[in-house]
Amino acid sequence: MSSSHTPQQAPYYYVPAPSTYPITGSIALFLFALGSVLTMNKISGGGFVLGAGLLVLFYMMYIWFGKVAQESEGGLYSKRVGVSFRWAMGWFIFSEVMFFAAFFGALFYARVLAMPDLASLEHQALLWPDAKALWPNAGPAYDGGPFTPMGAWGIPAINTLLLLTSGVTLTWAHHGLLHNNRGQLKLGLFLTIALGAVFLFLQGYEYAHAYSELNVKMTTGVFGSVFYMLTGFHGFHVTVGATMLIVILCRVLAGHFSPENHFGFEAVAWYWHFVDVVWLLLFVVVYWI
Amino acid sequence: MAAIPGGADHSHDHSHDHHPSGLMRWVTTTNHKDIGSMYLWFSFAMFIVGGIMALVIRAELFQPGLQVVDPDRFNQMTTLHGLIMVFGAIMPAFVGFANWMLPLMIGASDMAFARMNNWSFWLLPPAAILLTGSLLVPGGAAASGWTLYPPLTVQMGIGMDMAIFAVHILGISSIMGSINIVTTILNMRAPGMTLMKMPLFCWTWLITAYLVIAVMPVLAGAVTMILTDRHFGTSFFNAAGGGDPVLYQHIFWFFGHPEVYIIAIPAFGVVSQVIPAFSRKPLFGYASMVYATSSIAILSFIVWAHHMYTVGMPVAGQLYFMFATMLIAVPTGVKVFNWVATMWRGSLTFETPMLFSIGFLFLFTLGGFSGLVLSMTAVDVQLHDSYYVVAHFHYVMVAGALFSAYAGAYYWLPKWTGHMYDEKLGKLHFWLSLIFFNMTFFVQHFLGLAGMPRRIPDYSLQFAEFNKISSIGAFGFGLSQLVFLVVVLKCLKGGEKASAKPWDGAEGLEWTVPSPAPHHTFEVPPVVK
Repeated sequence: MSSSHTPQQAPYYYVPAPSTYPITGSIALFLFALGSVLTMNKISGGGFVLGAGLLVLFYMMYIWFGKVAQESEGGLYSKRVGVSFRWAMGWFIFSEVMFFAAFFGALFYARVLAMPDLASLEHQALLWPDAKALWPNAGPAYDGGPFTPMGAWGIPAINTLLLLTSGVTLTWAHHGLLHNNRGQLKLGLFLTIALGAVFLFLQGYEYAHAYSELNVKMTTGVFGSVFYMLTGFHGFHVTVGATMLIVILCRVLAGHFSPENHFGFEAVAWYWHFVDVVWLLLFVVVYWI
Repeated sequence: MAAIPGGADHSHDHSHDHHPSGLMRWVTTTNHKDIGSMYLWFSFAMFIVGGIMALVIRAELFQPGLQVVDPDRFNQMTTLHGLIMVFGAIMPAFVGFANWMLPLMIGASDMAFARMNNWSFWLLPPAAILLTGSLLVPGGAAASGWTLYPPLTVQMGIGMDMAIFAVHILGISSIMGSINIVTTILNMRAPGMTLMKMPLFCWTWLITAYLVIAVMPVLAGAVTMILTDRHFGTSFFNAAGGGDPVLYQHIFWFFGHPEVYIIAIPAFGVVSQVIPAFSRKPLFGYASMVYATSSIAILSFIVWAHHMYTVGMPVAGQLYFMFATMLIAVPTGVKVFNWVATMWRGSLTFETPMLFSIGFLFLFTLGGFSGLVLSMTAVDVQLHDSYYVVAHFHYVMVAGALFSAYAGAYYWLPKWTGHMYDEKLGKLHFWLSLIFFNMTFFVQHFLGLAGMPRRIPDYSLQFAEFNKISSIGAFGFGLSQLVFLVVVLKCLKGGEKASAKPWDGAEGLEWTVPSPAPHHTFEVPPVVK
């Protein structure tokens, strides 16, 4: 296909030519999985395999997404391809929602069902006479010393503010894109990335604080487990989202996107707002209540 | 349906592309037909691997005592057999059908994301290597049963980690595959192909893909928690730390019950194509089929704890899950009724696809009935973890999903290869499968009712007779499947030329393109009236 088609003119649904990206990605994930298994079982060479897997994975993502951006800018994608991208991003975010749902479910189950169950007369008589149905709880056999849960109104509240503001700056950037105001677009994107970075920095600081002073660790029973699992996976998603925003900023600086044709930007924005909403839920059920 | 046949005359762009040949053709392909074929071959290979594991189990159970494998290997066999058959054989088989047939049925040029489609497939071999390779590591493979319940799974060796990562990779593969399928169905239909005009197979895959996207991430979350419990000191499933092993069961079955329908619903779709074709009548109650399938999918999210009656649950919970489960029998009944009503006064012929579909209809319904028995809490408390359960889900998985996959394979083989398959061998395959299947699994109902527990390599003498029958049946069933391999190889090599529409009762766009279907079809979308 020649690159002379504008998005609206591309006559057929674009079917890409045979590609080596997928098999590269498969090798990457295989190495990543194998390396993780070896590392977790403290077998020598594991870290090397794991690192190799990640390198190949990043390489694959770089060339694959680069190719998609190039195809998009080359006008190979008809409107219909754009609709496909929209559906797919929506369903992908739905799958992410369900992934987080498993961990939120674990939190609710631990608080609402496991705690009272462990503190019931039956269990107290058989196992742990001192079990209490309190939250936060590190379990009846916890012996890691007293711990203080992270308060909601310190760093977590600041982080909430940061993420909510980043949602606003991103929308502001989107308006800049829609009105062909590239300066506003660049500034908005930059601010969003900066807010995300500060969020991640504070989250890291909070973890260090929790480990060194509050004595809240991954090993702090079920409370530590759900705390680090939920906030950790959320932080990972912020990292991914911020990385995607950086890619989008680079593409903007390279002159990509037009007011009519910029789903790459929108998809990342959707993702960023999704990560935002997860945080709000986290803030309420993990930190606050 | 009027259509412009998508022939080779539309190969405008593809000739400019670089097309690797040999092995690299298959590694790099972005063609839905190539990828569909790879899925089907892969699933058959895994079916053989998982089948051999089943035969190890049945060889051990041929007579009481320990003869063939030690108990730990036996447990590894039951675990890998389950994981491989569910994630490696049945799911990829139906994804293979989806890849091959969905674009042809809705008049699309390919799947919506052709490169990602290739990745979905090529993630399967790494996962298969991790799963089967775990047999060779110290401590052997995961030996917890395919459900991977803690605390067993928290204690096991490196093989367990390999299984966890295999499940992760399989999950990524099926989520990407399903996003592709949903997008293709919602966005790539030819002009005039409204949702309610789609062949039912497309509807069933739309619903299945939705289920996959909804629940595979939940399984990923569950096994991730096992991984952190194993290596990072968390206490999700450890009561001493305030967690609960039962929590895992809830999360797992929130995935696991919809998973049952992820396997069954595409099977419904295939049968809903085959039965009308050989009854020479349109499908009875098309709209009610769509609604019934959707109802089954929605209900599947709210019945999970019927797998857990004996784990300890308030009576109110047991009653709720019992009644909710029984509710599923209503839409399932609608479907069975519609299939029978489609055949009613039809001009029936009994080629192999129809035979497998009728076999499906009888035996799947039987599996549904034993499911209804198991849905009753008071009964399940007796039958839980017994061979009755094994019999029940093999009626649904083998006589349900597998028979339907065979029906689909025979039905579309002429379209895929351009040749008619050997009808005599096909019928032989069906009758051998039918007889040996029932020989293997029907007697397991009696074993379960008499109290024989599942997943145990030894048993008391009173169970010897039925186990012997079951084991002979299993080996017969396993060997009969090689007939299918012969049929397919013969069909690939030659045989009577198939016309564009070899079944005179068949309907749909896939029969408007030549047989074998050209490499590229419907590059100009057909117009459906």
